[in-house]
Amino acid sequence: MSAKTFRHGVHPPENKGLTEGRLIERIPMPAEVVLPLSQHLGAPSVALVKAGDRVYRGQLIAKAGGFVSVPLHASVTGKVKAIELRHHPSGRMVESIVIATDPSSPQTLHNEEPVDWESMPAEQLLTMVKEGGFVGLGGAAFPTHVKLSVPEGKHVQYFLVNGCECEPYLTTDHRIMLDWADAIFLGIRIIQKLLGAEKTFIGVETNKWDAIRGLQDRVPADLPCELVPLETKYPQGAEKMLVTAVLQREIPSGKLPLDAQVVVQNVGTVAGIGELFSFGQPLIERVITVTGPGIKQPSTLLVPVGTALQEILDYCGGITEDASQILFGGPMMGTPQYDLRVPVTKGVSGIVCLTSKQAAGPRQEYACIRCASCLDACPVFLNPTQLGALARMGRYDEMLENYHLMDCMECGSCSYVCPSNIPLVQRFRVAKGVIREEMARKKNNAA
Amino acid sequence: MSAQSPKLIISTGPFLKRPVDTPKVMRHVLYALAPVVLVALYLFGISALMVLLACTIGAMGTEWIITGRPRWSESTLRDGSALLTAILLALTLPPGLPIWMALMGGIVAVALGKYLFGGLGNNVFNPSLTGRAFLQASFPLALTTWPVHSGLQDFFRLRGDTFALPFMRPEFDAITAATPLAKMKFEGISTQASSLLLGNISGSIGETCALLLLAGGIYLGVRGFIKWRIPVGIFLTVAILATLLHLIDADKYPGPVQHLLCGGLMLGAIYMATDPVTSPVTPRGCWFFAAGIGILVVAIREFGGLPEGVMYSILFMNALSPLIDRWTQPRIYGAVKSKAEAA
Ligand code: SF4
Ligand code: SF4
Repeated sequence: MSAKTFRHGVHPPENKGLTEGRLIERIPMPAEVVLPLSQHLGAPSVALVKAGDRVYRGQLIAKAGGFVSVPLHASVTGKVKAIELRHHPSGRMVESIVIATDPSSPQTLHNEEPVDWESMPAEQLLTMVKEGGFVGLGGAAFPTHVKLSVPEGKHVQYFLVNGCECEPYLTTDHRIMLDWADAIFLGIRIIQKLLGAEKTFIGVETNKWDAIRGLQDRVPADLPCELVPLETKYPQGAEKMLVTAVLQREIPSGKLPLDAQVVVQNVGTVAGIGELFSFGQPLIERVITVTGPGIKQPSTLLVPVGTALQEILDYCGGITEDASQILFGGPMMGTPQYDLRVPVTKGVSGIVCLTSKQAAGPRQEYACIRCASCLDACPVFLNPTQLGALARMGRYDEMLENYHLMDCMECGSCSYVCPSNIPLVQRFRVAKGVIREEMARKKNNAA
Repeated sequence: MSAQSPKLIISTGPFLKRPVDTPKVMRHVLYALAPVVLVALYLFGISALMVLLACTIGAMGTEWIITGRPRWSESTLRDGSALLTAILLALTLPPGLPIWMALMGGIVAVALGKYLFGGLGNNVFNPSLTGRAFLQASFPLALTTWPVHSGLQDFFRLRGDTFALPFMRPEFDAITAATPLAKMKFEGISTQASSLLLGNISGSIGETCALLLLAGGIYLGVRGFIKWRIPVGIFLTVAILATLLHLIDADKYPGPVQHLLCGGLMLGAIYMATDPVTSPVTPRGCWFFAAGIGILVVAIREFGGLPEGVMYSILFMNALSPLIDRWTQPRIYGAVKSKAEAA
């Protein structure tokens, strides 16, 4: 099988060896979990419990705050300590439900029972997913049921499972694909039915041949599902790149995969949905990779949502002396953390601890020499040279109107390759922020 | 222990960086040129060395003064671009050139070619070629006086008025030779391809050994240090045009081999036209830029009054490259046909 791919992209060192062989370990129940009402894209959830309430593992404790929002479940059995502002991985303080774990409770699932999904119509399957509180586990944390809702008049031809895991260091999805094949195939079955899709493709980078072969051998005979080996290249796991690599079609600018008749889900999410339908477990725990040269014992852990970063680092032997940066997510698109009290939320795919060697402070910036490395890296074929020059002069409107700023998916490939160390994507983020604010202001003024 | 760890650095991603920076790119271009320089020293001895040194001192000294005489650790000289400009300039000059002229070339390259426009990254014209064009315009005779080469045994033999003083009448009496291009143009004589490849000819310091220039170019292209489309495009255009002309009248027009291997084409196409700052950034733009240079080179060589046109072709296309960039914006991923495009 030869590997397919998209055009452009970059090849950062993979560094996956640290955790590749580590089996999934369940960490001991933390003494406390912090569940922010906002751990997904969209409206915050609305709390259904109050301080002092006794809650069970898997119990619904907050409902969705709108269509683009998800409910939240207790990840431990215990007592609600408070509902208050707590540190959040985004750097802000966010209203969170804090639960003190009951050490005497066996911590079994609140409502564990298999689901008779075969008799359920598509709408009911979708409702189940929605009530399970699922969001994309690959990092974006977009509510899963929204992506699975096919609007009137649209048709889904293929379902794509994203097993690329193109971020360096992370091996979360890799492990899931090796160990949880049954849950993955059950999830696929359900989603395929729910979408009315013809066939499923699982895209996996070729640095995970064991997962590709393992899954291929176990595809159920009656399930139209195919493994697609993809070249190991960043950002292969971006939705657009995955769709292009697997199907040679493009998602129109500003549109969704649905407009290319496909729906994409991360493989971890699919496995989670498989578990939901096999024994009714909502999204209350997740697998994360704890890795990087800055952590003493790199590990693959199964952690309750809401576990504090500090607790996880301690479990892994702590950070090394020279650790200088702790990221939620991979080193290309992850977010740095500075407060160890932040909880692991639903969308955190891994914790990467870098040392001063990799994360050496700001590098000397040179003038843009117009080498075009960034153009040759940009997977959406933008012109970061020109965008960068305009950003430096603050000409954001021109970036928007003539150079497709809003099509930038902030993958960081341009910054990664730039020999002049120009913080390109960093400046594009600022520009996008300013433009969004301006648009919002205009809208307000008009209203 | 406080939960907030003070030694954690906050910045935004990506947190990894390709281990290639601008000085490294410049360094590798210099490495690729090193064998060419060594061969030039072998062929032209101390005269070539003097030209190289004079250009370097002129260019680096000028940059150092213009930037306010900073300490080395803070100097822009560390990015290597001034040195590269100097070496490239020297390689386009005749080995016997008086050093004071070479020095001036270096000064002009950096002062007018680079800093007049605002420094590295802002210049419109290739600085080395700006310096060279200035010298050509000021001292046309000295710039077309090509001494013959010899081996190492003559290292200390001067090939021209190397140590002439400014504005003295040159007393140049060394044996000079016609370059293969001049022979081809004015005498209708072709030079053997093998001589061209190995540098067994007369010409400027750096244009004599096509094989080494090409090897360096392949290295740089494969490593991604130069825009490979440009030399490839130039060679293709020149080869196609030269073949066509040759087919029309084989006596009048030499074939593609002569064109590709003669004169500054290798040096120009691989090392000058690819100067990132003064060439387009878009992939399609690079092809247009290369085709433009190729067409101009053949046109000047075959129909113009000069034997060599690489320098003017590149400078001319340099001027067009911002426009080319504007016309050749890449089609973005998932582009929906806009009204402007449909019209
Ligand atoms: S990679 Fe950096 S130096 Fe090269 S063109 Fe892009 S912005 Fe300029
Ligand atoms: S961050 Fe934006 S501009 Fe840079 S490579 Fe990615 S999509 Fe292109």
